Amino acid sequence: MAKQLRIIPEKCTGCIQCELACSFVQTGTFQPARSLIRVHLFDDQASYAPYACFQCDEAWCLTACPVNAITISAAAAKVVVPELCVGCGLCTIACPYGTVWYSPDTHKAVKCDLCAGDPACAHACPTGAIEYVDTPAADWLGPWAADLNQTHAEMRSGGGA
Amino acid sequence: MIGDQAGTSGGIHGGWTGTVLRVNLSRATIKKESLRQDWAREYVGGRGLGARYLWEESDPNVDPLSPKNKLLFVTGPLTGTNASCGARYMVVTKGALTGAITTSNSGGHWGPELKCAGYDMIIVEGRAPRPTYLWIHNDEVELRDATHLWGKGVWDTEEMIRSESGVPDTIVASIGPAGENLVRFASIMNDLHRAAGRSGVGAVMGSKMLKAIAVRGTGGVKLADARGFMAASWAMKAKLKESAVTAEGLPTYGTEVLVNVINEHGAMPTRNHTETIFEKAEDISGETLTETRLVANKACFACTIACGRVTKLPGEASSKFMVNTNPRNWKIAGEGPEYENAWAMGADCGIGDLDALIKTGWLCNDYGMDPITYGATLAAAMEMYEKEIITNSITGMPLRFGSADALVAMAEKVAFRDGFGDLLAEGSKRLTARFGHPEFFMGVRGQEFPAYDSRAIQGMGLGYATSNRGACHLKSYTVSPEILGIPTKMDPHVTEGKAEITKIFQDITSAVDATGLCLFLTFGVGLEEMLPQLVAATGVSYTMDSLTQAGERIWNLERLWNERAGLGKGSDTLPKRMLEQPIPSGPAKGMVNRLGEMLPEYYRLRGWTADGKVTAAKRKELGLV
Ligand code: SF4
Ligand code: SF4
Repeated sequence: MAKQLRIIPEKCTGCIQCELACSFVQTGTFQPARSLIRVHLFDDQASYAPYACFQCDEAWCLTACPVNAITISAAAAKVVVPELCVGCGLCTIACPYGTVWYSPDTHKAVKCDLCAGDPACAHACPTGAIEYVDTPAADWLGPWAADLNQTHAEMRSGGGA
Repeated sequence: MIGDQAGTSGGIHGGWTGTVLRVNLSRATIKKESLRQDWAREYVGGRGLGARYLWEESDPNVDPLSPKNKLLFVTGPLTGTNASCGARYMVVTKGALTGAITTSNSGGHWGPELKCAGYDMIIVEGRAPRPTYLWIHNDEVELRDATHLWGKGVWDTEEMIRSESGVPDTIVASIGPAGENLVRFASIMNDLHRAAGRSGVGAVMGSKMLKAIAVRGTGGVKLADARGFMAASWAMKAKLKESAVTAEGLPTYGTEVLVNVINEHGAMPTRNHTETIFEKAEDISGETLTETRLVANKACFACTIACGRVTKLPGEASSKFMVNTNPRNWKIAGEGPEYENAWAMGADCGIGDLDALIKTGWLCNDYGMDPITYGATLAAAMEMYEKEIITNSITGMPLRFGSADALVAMAEKVAFRDGFGDLLAEGSKRLTARFGHPEFFMGVRGQEFPAYDSRAIQGMGLGYATSNRGACHLKSYTVSPEILGIPTKMDPHVTEGKAEITKIFQDITSAVDATGLCLFLTFGVGLEEMLPQLVAATGVSYTMDSLTQAGERIWNLERLWNERAGLGKGSDTLPKRMLEQPIPSGPAKGMVNRLGEMLPEYYRLRGWTADGKVTAAKRKELGLV
């Protein structure tokens, strides 16, 4: 098991301190638009969902990269090696969570590298909604895919009704 | 002025962006200008910088609803940083309700977004020939047609602009029907439920035919000394976590935590200030709200307090209070109520129905109007109705104290100036004068009191009477020492020491309002904890003395502006009910506000003349023109 970000959306207040911390690490300014963790505010449902790279066991971004520019770091993060990245953007499409970005400044892919094992977002969160803990790399998409398959199966069997 | 001219020294290293956007709606021109750095240093930002620009550019005698009035949206150097509560922008203009200089501020995400787009402030001039909105996407700034948005509520407006622009992260500040219809207490709203609420800034925006300012900014806010700034901001956050108010009271119960506290002190104005204890306070309290209606806490940008209340109505209540216009999104969760609007629409109108307060709070947010003045104006109308000064033939429906139906129904009539709503839309000073009973107006300089009876809390009376934007709880919150004991406990019933504490609070509050931080911080930290962040962000070597003096400078400049606007001598007073009519019952029974004991001392401490004029010596000391 490796340490990763565990996000508890119920605790989140939508303050975006995590986005500010992430952008500060990267740019030295407060620039939420450059953050690699994003907080989505679902205003009408009173819920806030911070999301960042899940560091998947079988990383789709890593698999998709045609030049092997995504490797696994000492902190067990999937990281983009800028010297190798050719900026094709395939990983940004491959990631099912949309947590790899294309940087218009460097023309390369950027993603969460867990701040080399000391993630700023987890420090910054005032409510404990982001933890950096030992946690199994779950098959995050598994339950969702099972649900979806079930729905599709129901639609097919009830089809035409 | 002291200091040097724009751009001649220093330069900007962080905090401020250095760019001002000037938009003339009559001529459809947009200009980018350099920020006056000398003014930025002396007035910091937000409320102060706005007042300085308004002083320079706008005649205090203009009609607030004429194209000559200017409307300023001003951030502070800490807006958009990760300083806890660095979310604020200030709307500065001549208030439509008061005719005085007004400074209404709002949180959420709009101010920081403007900074990220690269601007410290926007100066809006003139009047557009047709409904218009301002579109800002970093460097790209343009005026766009808003004909299709005119008449829409705030919530629809935000969504429509976001979807038509194709930029989903756009943050919108807009007016609703109340602003369009020049309701004198219309607000400017952003992030659905955040308001620059008081004094009618929304009516000024409406008079300019400006429906909204939509902003998307992807740049960053820079710091002069990043390392120093981070250390300072961590230190302040740690302090906030230790305070009973900012770490427990506000996050747990929101501002509504005050309902029971103030009521127990017999200081909760009830039924248009005829009483000061509300028998149904428990029903509308923060405790009840939290137990029965709260869904989640919500934070503004960078806020580690998160006092915002997201609430949900049960299905029956939602449909019970449904009014004619029926936007699809009225059944979902919304925000509020806050203490002030729960009081104004609740206790002041004698209404103990929490669901009606939640509902009407949402209506006010969507229509874009100030629930404090709305509630207080309805309360004045209710008193006149109970005393049979006005009847059904004028009001169109019974306006008895305690009627939740009247509260909900009139909100819509006010926003659209329909029937009796057209008279309520003028605010309670004009309303009561119209029917020959100005004594039922409960406020100062045309603006209604907030939720603290000044007979039971003496210092608040002095604060209200001398507040530059009319009666207001946000300009010298002496409730803090007088009731809550922060920083030290003072007896609310005595007048000794109140002149001094009022002056100190007014100056410090002005300084906080200039930084871009939220005033609620002051429950947990002092100006000295905010100061290191300001110094590190801007690189300007502010000290406690120079920052407090900046606050005093701001206060005096606003005062001078009001003097020029004809609101000088004799306007620092309270209604007769506060000065002569004793509180009928409760812990403060028999008390009136003894303003006469405090005012002369206050003028003396301010260094003003005996009748309250700013002296030449004081102007010189503060570097005021
Ligand atoms: S970037 Fe996406 S695909 Fe790659 S490890 Fe993270 S979540 Fe998985
Ligand atoms: S810092 Fe924590 S509470 Fe704030 S938005 Fe991020 S996850 Fe949510």
